[in-house]
Amino acid sequence: MKSYKLRRKISDTAIYALLTLLAILWLLPIVYLVLQSFRAENGAYTEYIIPKGFTLDNYIRLFTETDLFNYPKWYLNTLIVAIFTCIISTLMVLMISYAFSRLRFPSRKTYMNLGLILGMFPGFMSMIAVYYLLKIIGLGQSLISLVLVYSSSAALGYFVAKGFFDTLPRSLDEAATIDGASRNQIFWKITLPLSKPIIVYTALTSFVAPFADFIFVSVIMKDNYNQYTLSLGLFQMLSRENIFAYFTRFCAGSVLVAIPVGLLFMFLQRYYVSGVTGGAVKG
Amino acid sequence: MNKSRRAPKVLRYAAEVVTAFAKGDAVTRLSFLVMGLWGFARRTFARGAVYLFTQIAYIAYMIVFGGKYLVKFTTLGTQTQGKVFDEELGIYIYTQGDNSVEILLFGTLTVIITILFFIVWASNCRAAYKSQLAQKRGEHIVTLKEQIASLDSKNYHITLLSIPTLLVTTFTLLPLIFMVLMAFTNFDKAHQPPGNLFTWVGFDNFTSILGGNDKISYTFVRLLGWTVLWAILSTFTNYIFGMILALMINKKSIKFKKGWRMVFISTIAIPQFVTLMLMSQLLHAQGGINILIQQLGLADSPIGFLTDPLLAKITVVIVNMWIGIPYSMLIITGILSNIPEDMYEAARIDGAGPVRVFFKITLPYMLFVTTPYLITQFVGNINNFNIIYLLTGGGPLTLEYYQAGKTDLLVTWLYKQTVNEQNYNLAAVIGIAVFIITAVASIIVYNRSAAATKEEQFG
Repeated sequence: MKSYKLRRKISDTAIYALLTLLAILWLLPIVYLVLQSFRAENGAYTEYIIPKGFTLDNYIRLFTETDLFNYPKWYLNTLIVAIFTCIISTLMVLMISYAFSRLRFPSRKTYMNLGLILGMFPGFMSMIAVYYLLKIIGLGQSLISLVLVYSSSAALGYFVAKGFFDTLPRSLDEAATIDGASRNQIFWKITLPLSKPIIVYTALTSFVAPFADFIFVSVIMKDNYNQYTLSLGLFQMLSRENIFAYFTRFCAGSVLVAIPVGLLFMFLQRYYVSGVTGGAVKG
Repeated sequence: MNKSRRAPKVLRYAAEVVTAFAKGDAVTRLSFLVMGLWGFARRTFARGAVYLFTQIAYIAYMIVFGGKYLVKFTTLGTQTQGKVFDEELGIYIYTQGDNSVEILLFGTLTVIITILFFIVWASNCRAAYKSQLAQKRGEHIVTLKEQIASLDSKNYHITLLSIPTLLVTTFTLLPLIFMVLMAFTNFDKAHQPPGNLFTWVGFDNFTSILGGNDKISYTFVRLLGWTVLWAILSTFTNYIFGMILALMINKKSIKFKKGWRMVFISTIAIPQFVTLMLMSQLLHAQGGINILIQQLGLADSPIGFLTDPLLAKITVVIVNMWIGIPYSMLIITGILSNIPEDMYEAARIDGAGPVRVFFKITLPYMLFVTTPYLITQFVGNINNFNIIYLLTGGGPLTLEYYQAGKTDLLVTWLYKQTVNEQNYNLAAVIGIAVFIITAVASIIVYNRSAAATKEEQFG
């Protein structure tokens, strides 16, 4: 009995030690990022880790020195694109997946397989064609073009939501049909109110996507700095000619991106988990 | 399987059109030529007007826009941009020539529109015949109003799917067909319209990547190998270590479970691109990690985390673990909490130890639930552009490869061929290759998991 207790104590201590070590490894880059964002000294690299002087200047200058890099504008751009992409792609994904899950119509399978196949091509393979198309339509370097491109690629990610709708009991639909409800009413008034987890999951992933992408932004916006989103803008700050002057501001800018995205994720993580595992884990 | 089911449907549709013509009266037959005519003749004006309008719009489109591209589609243009010296102004004036890119893109668009038009035309022919039959039997002919009303219930799928279809066709399908077609042209750096036109070359690009051109095919084979190795390594390191981390935190005797989880989850908060850019700075020759190592006296000179070929590959896998493990921990923790408690109890009564319980219950359950997640992870890693591009940029560059570096994945090579080198034909072939890999991998795993789901449901 005693040896068992001892063994458990040793294994627990080992786990605590390992977890502490891992926690440090995982937190170190974040701490470094935050420290650098407050660093008073200039330059990209310093010979030491902890800054010698602390300042809020990096944050303030992001919003005051906007001649070359207009950080507030990027932030606004990203928010606009993210909000509209979120609304449009969530609606579309829900509509598509509901149609595939609940409605029976000719060539439904063909349609679904086509979506599956399209999703397997590398997304940015087609960016040159998209660029030409947008130029012809007259949406060249606009934020609308980003929303359209992100939404149309999000539309192909209907599998998770379809899996969710498949699990909802069909008897609800049938009962409503008997009561004289149309398909349209069933979708909006019965199915959607029951689908909060999948709505939140879809909205969360499509909201965050514009924060991460910079391939399409760089192809569509070229060198029109004012139309950049945060990711591509911050990336510019680290280019060879800018990194010396802008590294600390890059860190400050990143912290300001991380806070809202992080908070959003913290609050909605259980929906994320249930979404990824296809409803196997209840949100 | 899909094809065999589809072909008869198309044939059946075609047969109906033929029957409609064979058994149709004059109005029905004339409606083949002038769409919607039957509607006007049989008093469903609105439906007739819609068809007629579609036909006029299509003809107008072909005359104004589509026709001129379709004509040149087979050659992709013959007239290069000309240069004429204007005596009066004393300058060279450019005369407009053909533009192969536009011809290919709008030619494809026109082909798609034409196919759609034919589908509408066929439905017009069927509707004409149907209305003829209905009239003969003295039945009611469906009106446009009734059709619109059916969108709310019987034809609700049309309401739901039409806008997404339009968007996906324009911004995903059309560009993809365009890019796939590009793989059969010689649109490379030397053939840039409007100065130089490109044209169809058949399978030349495929043969050159599969052995025709030594350097390109060598690069392709090596990058393909690395891409697959990378996808396997990155998917499974994240999964396994995420599971270990989740199990450690989940151990009954460990305290502050929520706190530990929060520490790791907080790293998800930072957008990936920020982490990656920061990491590439930290791992730089003069970056934080090298400074730390040298100050601790562990090395005399900076370590080439991102510049040594082998070390760079290890680095990207490890950085990817830093990014991915919190995610997989989060998901696996969720699944762990969902394993039915009675399964464990039964095992405990049978006297199974923790190791046995893990391998007999926890692991199979986890694999069962996470198979789709693993597929998406694997496919995502094959296409994991950001991590390579932002960390190493594909480097270290090597002369053995054709415009690529040692850590380049196929997708980053594709990106470089498009954006930096403008060898669009090669890029298109690479894209098709990536598609084949993802498709094959998904089908294999999907079939396996489909077989698994046919068995008894877990739990």
